[in-house]
Amino acid sequence: MSGKTLTFCLMDAPFENARTTTALRLIDTAVRQGMNVNVFAYEGAVGIPFSKQSAHANSVHGFEKEEWNHPLPKDWVTEIMNHAKASGAKVDWINCGLCVDERGMNEAVEGVRRGTPGDLVNWADTSDNTLVIPTK
Amino acid sequence: MANYLLIESRDPFEVNDVAYFYDLASGLKARGNEVTLFLVQNGVLPARKNPSDDTLAKLATAGVQVLADNLSLQERGIQGSSLVNGVAAAELDVVIEKMADGAKTLWH
Repeated sequence: MSGKTLTFCLMDAPFENARTTTALRLIDTAVRQGMNVNVFAYEGAVGIPFSKQSAHANSVHGFEKEEWNHPLPKDWVTEIMNHAKASGAKVDWINCGLCVDERGMNEAVEGVRRGTPGDLVNWADTSDNTLVIPTK
Repeated sequence: MANYLLIESRDPFEVNDVAYFYDLASGLKARGNEVTLFLVQNGVLPARKNPSDDTLAKLATAGVQVLADNLSLQERGIQGSSLVNGVAAAELDVVIEKMADGAKTLWH
């Protein structure tokens, strides 16, 4: 399957919905299969690779931060980038620039760049398939 | 004839318009298309045998390939042996492979 390119459009903010987890699972599955993946993060989804996400303790259950090992979506994005390097796939992740500015989320993990919805249109035209995962 | 991949992530007991998505799968199949309905997240809940609802079984009988995400099933404690007849557990790789093959893909 290598050589194929799939495009995903994500809209959900992190930490809110199982759709984010499923979307990242799909993207990871594709890169592990050696496929190139385009990701357009729109609206709240620009927070997924936000590099200032911070793990926390769980005082209710008595766990310190290190014990709780709270999962952070930015780390999942980094892992996807690493899996792509291992499989020879390319991941091009674009955050909607206006959405980033609105939310003050300019800092993102390595491999993420700014763009516009026009990039999604271009990807939809040129990739082998596109999946939009809407919020509702 | 086209290939369709419909991804259902919602529980029909929580969201009424899931039934429309099932109808879409049925209608596309009735018009001669190849149709896969892939259940994920709470969308797998109706895949558990339920004597009061045979919707998914009817879709499978009509020729729709009905698959349920293995991890979503495990998370909800649904064993493979308790799935509706005609529904099979599957990995997300199926979604990626069908997308790469050009299936028209919709998420609900």
